[in-house]
Amino acid sequence: MTTAGKVLRYSARNLLRSWWVPGYALVFLLLTETLLRFGGGGPRAVGSLLNAVLIVIPLVSVVMGTMFLSGSREFILLLLAQPVGRRSLFAGLYFGVALPLAGAFLAGVGLPVLARGGAGLGLAGVTFAVTGVLLSFVFTALAFFAAARFEDRAKALGTALLGWFAATVLYDGLVLLVVAAFSDWPLETPMLVLTLLNPVDLARVLLLLTFDVAALMGYTGAVFERFFGSGVGIAAALGALALWTTLPFLAGLRGFMRKDF
Amino acid sequence: MSGAPSVVVTALRKSFGRLHVIQGVDLALQPGRVTALVGPNASGKSTLIKCVLGLVRPDSGRVTVLGERVGTDPHYRRLIGYTPQTASFPDNLTGHEVLELLADLRPGEMPDDGELRERLGLADATLAQPVRTLSGGTRQKLNVLVALRYHPPILILDEPTASLDPVASAALKDVVRARAGGNAAVLLSSHVMAEVEELADDLVYFVEGRVRFHGTLDELRLSTGERKVERAVARLLREAA
Repeated sequence: MTTAGKVLRYSARNLLRSWWVPGYALVFLLLTETLLRFGGGGPRAVGSLLNAVLIVIPLVSVVMGTMFLSGSREFILLLLAQPVGRRSLFAGLYFGVALPLAGAFLAGVGLPVLARGGAGLGLAGVTFAVTGVLLSFVFTALAFFAAARFEDRAKALGTALLGWFAATVLYDGLVLLVVAAFSDWPLETPMLVLTLLNPVDLARVLLLLTFDVAALMGYTGAVFERFFGSGVGIAAALGALALWTTLPFLAGLRGFMRKDF
Repeated sequence: MSGAPSVVVTALRKSFGRLHVIQGVDLALQPGRVTALVGPNASGKSTLIKCVLGLVRPDSGRVTVLGERVGTDPHYRRLIGYTPQTASFPDNLTGHEVLELLADLRPGEMPDDGELRERLGLADATLAQPVRTLSGGTRQKLNVLVALRYHPPILILDEPTASLDPVASAALKDVVRARAGGNAAVLLSSHVMAEVEELADDLVYFVEGRVRFHGTLDELRLSTGERKVERAVARLLREAA
């Protein structure tokens, strides 16, 4: 097993034994079960889960990621005093947080759905699961970037939360401002670009399209449907989410490599 | 026993912003000797130790460990056993799992710690508990065990007896002396002068990022005119002020 794999195994074991990760899975399990029981059919229930996924996953990922890396400073120091490269250690610690979080989301949402034989979700369910997992990876990477960049735990957490707030709330305000300011101009292409630049918006559009409610978004929804419904669109969306995971991870790794402990 | 220096620090400098923490340090640690690193708080002792471990990157100068230059290749650290000042381990892992993790990170090295565990009072049942349930003293014993269980040729111990009970503290001191007798180079950072007097062969007095004294304890006594190490160090401190 690689060094990163060894660190991942023990980090994940440590995290899974805390009450945070099982609790996180339980919240999704109760929410999904309730929505499936009382919220109509499978697609409608999962559609109702949309906001929970778009807000809770990024929030929990930034908080857990930052607290884990900042809070493990002394132990990281001990690990770095062993014959271990920083690159391997950073990767092991990152996946040691991101994988349990993604796994908790999958278990919480997946168990009630699987218990109902898929609840008629089909490919939409798979897209939903993949989007939740990718959001976990993106925001854990942002958290690790903030924690590697700032020594002070409060400053790291504040920065990570600011990133979450910007992606989930501020960005939409900015988009609305652009729409209002340039209402006389054709905005479909800029809107597509703006969507690709925010992982939460990207996830939202993907899920709305998956559950076939893009019509609610009017003409823009039709543009999105035409773009993201095509092979190029799907590739662009997945590529953008992968880039959103990779860039903060690499920025965090760069900070971790240069950091004085 | 002695030979070529185990650790050589040459013209080392490190600043954090405007704060010049290490200001041109030259130092050599000899095998078979315990060197005490002594100085007031915030004098740069921990930064110097971290430069040797590659945890802090110096602005200039070089550190070599048994001939290997400290840089980006981490493999030289297999030569070092390190006890950090604060014993901190993942709360939900057991003591055994912490030892397993650290053993996994040192493939090919066989720990030999049965007697050490016994002398430190670390029973199997204790190590089977999650770290969060262990007392501060027991965590410190685990911290010490991590550094000593592989018989490395260099030991770096930062306040190792802090929060240890007298039995474990005496056992640790015996082991440190025995390792030095086996030709290990030991760097001991401590504020407890009685411990320094009991363990050290040499003393490095470090103030404001500079070495103000480096010599044997006898040379220290001779140069200050004091019989007790504590008083001799206090005199050095007054002279440096």
